[in-house]
Amino acid sequence: MKRKLNINPLESESIYIFREVVAQFEKPVLLFSGGKDSITLVRLAQKAFYPAKIPFPLLHIDTGHNFPETIEFRDKLAKELGLELIVRQVQDNIDQGKVKEETGRYASRNMLQTETLLDAIEEYGFDACIGGARRDEEKARAKERIFSVRDDFGQWDEKNQRPEVFDMLNGKIELGQNVRVFPISNWTELDVWQYIKTEDIEIPSIYFAHERKTFIRDGMIWTANDVVVFREESEAVTTRQVRFRTVGDMSCTAAVISGATTIAKVVEEIQASTISERGARIDDKRSEGAMEQRKKQGYF
Amino acid sequence: MQVLKIATAGSVDDGKSTLIGRLLYDTKSLTDDKLEAIEKSSQKKGYDYLDFSMATDGLMAEREQGITIDVAHIYWATKNKSYIIADTPGHIEYTRNMVTGASTSQMAIILVDARHGVVEQTKRHFYINALLRIKDVVVAINKMDLVDYSEDKYEEIKAEILKISKSNAYQNQKLTFIPLSALKGDNVVDFSDKMPWYKGETLLSHLESIEVGAVFEKSQARFPVQTVIRPKSEKFHDYRGYAGKLYGGALAVGDKVTVLPSGTSSTIEKIQFYNQTYDIANAGDSIAISLTDDVNVSRGDMIVKYNELPNTSKTVEATICWMDQTPLDLTSKYILQHGVHQVLAKVTALKSLVKPDLSMEEKAIENLKINQIGQVSFKLNQAIYSDNYADNKQNGAFVLIDVKTNTTAGVGFIG
Repeated sequence: MKRKLNINPLESESIYIFREVVAQFEKPVLLFSGGKDSITLVRLAQKAFYPAKIPFPLLHIDTGHNFPETIEFRDKLAKELGLELIVRQVQDNIDQGKVKEETGRYASRNMLQTETLLDAIEEYGFDACIGGARRDEEKARAKERIFSVRDDFGQWDEKNQRPEVFDMLNGKIELGQNVRVFPISNWTELDVWQYIKTEDIEIPSIYFAHERKTFIRDGMIWTANDVVVFREESEAVTTRQVRFRTVGDMSCTAAVISGATTIAKVVEEIQASTISERGARIDDKRSEGAMEQRKKQGYF
Repeated sequence: MQVLKIATAGSVDDGKSTLIGRLLYDTKSLTDDKLEAIEKSSQKKGYDYLDFSMATDGLMAEREQGITIDVAHIYWATKNKSYIIADTPGHIEYTRNMVTGASTSQMAIILVDARHGVVEQTKRHFYINALLRIKDVVVAINKMDLVDYSEDKYEEIKAEILKISKSNAYQNQKLTFIPLSALKGDNVVDFSDKMPWYKGETLLSHLESIEVGAVFEKSQARFPVQTVIRPKSEKFHDYRGYAGKLYGGALAVGDKVTVLPSGTSSTIEKIQFYNQTYDIANAGDSIAISLTDDVNVSRGDMIVKYNELPNTSKTVEATICWMDQTPLDLTSKYILQHGVHQVLAKVTALKSLVKPDLSMEEKAIENLKINQIGQVSFKLNQAIYSDNYADNKQNGAFVLIDVKTNTTAGVGFIG
């Protein structure tokens, strides 16, 4: 019996993109958040270069507001795969007075990550930053290229993007510019979950149903962690069975009520869902163009 | 799951974004929060209907002006298939976006406003779809509600389009005509009771019936090498894998191959994908190949079957679609990127220009401006290993990169 290969076209496209990155750039880095999308990227990178090791480091911009489960997972994964893990703290920039922390009810460190990221890119001289953004996530991301050129300030010039025809990727840049690379641009949320299921990829525990102390605000469920999440006295804390569909900061990622304790059940839940993934992200709800604004300033 | 990639084309205000929004809405692909956002902004604009274009126009400037500026990719799925739709802008100055969208698509939907019928741009849309050899084209005759759902009007437009397509170079194109109203939802997902004279399919049932993946079918195997994998670890000390994506055909262990440009012969020893090896790989597969002989292979080289050689040449003739504000300069060098292979190119002749009405202008042309299409000859500093676009899409196309700005300035179709 002949072993006939039949690769999922999305997976094949992503592997092709990873190989182009390594061939076209001097110092690539994978922006690793500990979320399902960046975990999927790591698996795809393994596949792209097997049996060699992934030929670039992971970079995590730690806001200090991350879920502890994500941080633990991040460290474990890097260790298991023998990858270099670079962590930069948003807190350092706050301490040095370089950025000012938001205050009040919806305070979040989401915007502050940009500055820390740009500093790290400059410090290491990274010329390609690989991220797990997908076009189906958000309307500004739907316009993103696979190789997206950023200037010295990390800015995205959305009205003047290089055309990408067929699968030819043009990574030519000038000194000081860098390229953001999105290998899973064409995947949907469901594609990612199905891939995690088929490949049996380990993900942080917060993606599965668990008991958590939470409170309700604006109809959404927030983690009750008074160190990093602002909560008013009147907002009562209750233990609920929840899981997270997307993993950002505790201060901007809401949970969903769920009984899904296995990956198969998570996939079922996503298939039946009537709310989009980023519907649980308060950082996108600030205004109609919230993501576009952030992207122009150098956000992921 | 099968993924069907679709490009859309239409003039400004033909209702492309509305049609896509309607498809999403009627197939229940819009989530509650997205629907809520559409309701909100429709109300804000004072519309008494849902403005579905809001589902796809992602940039702030697009929402303000109510137009699509840049290609957006929209994802949705039915039980049978996943769909990716490239929503491409209709303005004449944005022809480049249409080429971009169509380059990765298997089929296209061309919108025609029933009130205006065939306009100059419609002809251009047909020309580009023929140039890119898009096999399945749906002609969506939209806004039928504004012409009283008139069968005569529909037949009149259909006849005119059939006349245009007869003059196209690509005669294997399959045209499907559907009268619809994206705004009202007639014949998009659900059959319209307003057009009992129409006996064909709805747009969705037609999309569902299309077979995915006919792109590579008959082409020969082309394996451009992206990078060489050398682990240099103890366990894989002697491993050397040529990593790349197979363009066309199939490759199997034991196949006798030729490596270009060296012309060295060897045999495929191993086809690796992650931690497994396979006997056969097919078009579209990203794999790593090992050869039985220790040959010199590096990025940009191409592995092919010894009896299926491509054209190896230091000159190339192609139809060029120019995409940059700075016109094609006959005196400067460009980087020609053919797949993953980059060489230097210089124009030797600019032969003819395709005018917006598709007639050919044969007189001497000085340059090629943005959105213009012309026949161009180049000489190259190194040979490329190519096929005619008609025989192998992936291996028959290239881009031109401006060496001063690094931008992708043009796309070429060989042959």
